[in-house]
Amino acid sequence: MSELLRVENLTKKFGELTAVDNCSFSVEEGSITALIGPNGSGKTTVFNLITGYLPSDSGKVEFSGSSTHGEGPGNLYRKGLTRTFQQARVFADLTVQENLIVARGGTLRSFFGRRISIDDRSRAAELLEEFKLSHVADLYASELSWGQRKLLEFASVLMSKPRLVLLDEPTAGVNPILIETMATHIRSYNEAGVTFLIVEHDMSFVMRVCNPVIVLDRGKTIATGDPETVQSDPRVLDAYLGD
Amino acid sequence: MKNATQSGASAFFTRIGLLRGGLFVAALIAMPEIFRAHWIWNLLFFTVLYAAMSSSWNLIGGFAGYPSLGHAAFFGIGAYAVAFFFKNTEILTNGWAPFFSLPLIGIGCALLALPIGWLAMRTRADVFAIVTITLLFVAQTLGYNLKGLTGGAQGAGVSRAPFNLDIFEQPFYFVAAALLLLAMGITYFVIRTKLGMALTAIRADEDKAKGVGVPTTGVKLLAFSVSVAITGMAGAVWAYYIGFIYPQFAFDPLITIAIVLMTFLGGRATLWGPVLGAAILMPAQQLLAYYVGGSQIYLIAYAAIFLIIMLLLPRGILPTLLGKRRLAALSQGARS
Repeated sequence: MSELLRVENLTKKFGELTAVDNCSFSVEEGSITALIGPNGSGKTTVFNLITGYLPSDSGKVEFSGSSTHGEGPGNLYRKGLTRTFQQARVFADLTVQENLIVARGGTLRSFFGRRISIDDRSRAAELLEEFKLSHVADLYASELSWGQRKLLEFASVLMSKPRLVLLDEPTAGVNPILIETMATHIRSYNEAGVTFLIVEHDMSFVMRVCNPVIVLDRGKTIATGDPETVQSDPRVLDAYLGD
Repeated sequence: MKNATQSGASAFFTRIGLLRGGLFVAALIAMPEIFRAHWIWNLLFFTVLYAAMSSSWNLIGGFAGYPSLGHAAFFGIGAYAVAFFFKNTEILTNGWAPFFSLPLIGIGCALLALPIGWLAMRTRADVFAIVTITLLFVAQTLGYNLKGLTGGAQGAGVSRAPFNLDIFEQPFYFVAAALLLLAMGITYFVIRTKLGMALTAIRADEDKAKGVGVPTTGVKLLAFSVSVAITGMAGAVWAYYIGFIYPQFAFDPLITIAIVLMTFLGGRATLWGPVLGAAILMPAQQLLAYYVGGSQIYLIAYAAIFLIIMLLLPRGILPTLLGKRRLAALSQGARS
């Protein structure tokens, strides 16, 4: 396996606070990698740095062998690097189907085309079917339940056929059945070749779905390895339970 | 709930849409014939002119959610462009030359809007509103002080249009109507293409939209410059109609407020909302000004109308009504 994403000595400060501190790790192509750590350990900031939502102070991120320095989220998305947000950000005033179609992105010129082309519709229909959202396709995203929004956001980032998907707490606030649904979707897309990097607090989910696991504490990588090893690592226990 | 286009692509024109459009154009043409009085023609002119400006404001303020309060700056720029180029009767010839210059004024405003929009749209929502209202006051101050161009506080005259006095208002009315149809045509195009989806996505969550590959900067700039281009052309028609302009009326915050109110009243991000809003507020404003007198007391009554409608139909007239119809259709669908 080769490295799809490489994070090297990444640092980000917010004033006096060092949110990400000389952090390094890599994500192997084809893996489902977890990024865990106590609250405030810098996981979401790392996501924002990788996906171009925040500029880093120093260090570098390489996606598929080339540096992502200076590239915005839109460019990275077109290259196959995409993410979801902790708060399930969907476009409230667009229908479920339109949420998927707009997430295909494109050039300014392509936005002069039909609102919903036949090709868009059939691609969206596949995902709607797969995520069991067909019956709500014409509802506005604002009319969905929390769990459905999580599913919709996940489905919409798959519209562009990405190579690497960063999921920020895919199971937060979601019922146990839906957690299983999420796990199933992640596994099946992984088998189809999509690499995942997942921030998650639900340890049983991480242990079942992810391998390897990267542990962050105060902006630094403190452990990396398979779930069992990481779970029994004294530094990890200390980070979660110590002071 | 099956809709007709579920299996194929979304249709560009629907039969009901064509019918509505045809009836609307026919009504615009027939209006001056049905009501033959100068005061009504004057009212029709202002209603249609403001409807055109509201429709164009809707593109950036309604669809994209960038509440520009600076549109009156471009209204004034359009007005002063006409005053500057057509102060001598000799160039006027048959009176249509200022109208033929409208496309150039529109293009000029659109080009001017690119750097301004690029800068202003680095801010959002309320901050954007404040930045753009600053633009309006900067333009007004320039209007007072660039005396060589604008005549300053003395005002600037435009040559009197040599039209038949019996139907003097009509050419202006029809040009304003053409601007309205242009603004509505562009709005319709936006709704029927991915542009509308992109603008709505920007309004809902711009960072997320950027993150899923929507070319946000391009789409926003396009909407802003098209929007102010039509506003500038409307200003040009207004100046030619009024014949003499002053900075406080050409760069008037009340213009901005009126077009924003009209859009919200009728329903933002809809095709017909701004037209409906203008059709209610403009006659109301003129009638109130007539009955309550020339003082600005009429503004209170004007605000009262707005507040009452917003109290009863908070999302604007059209979205509230359409929302009710949609809910009824959904519950019907759920039952069957």
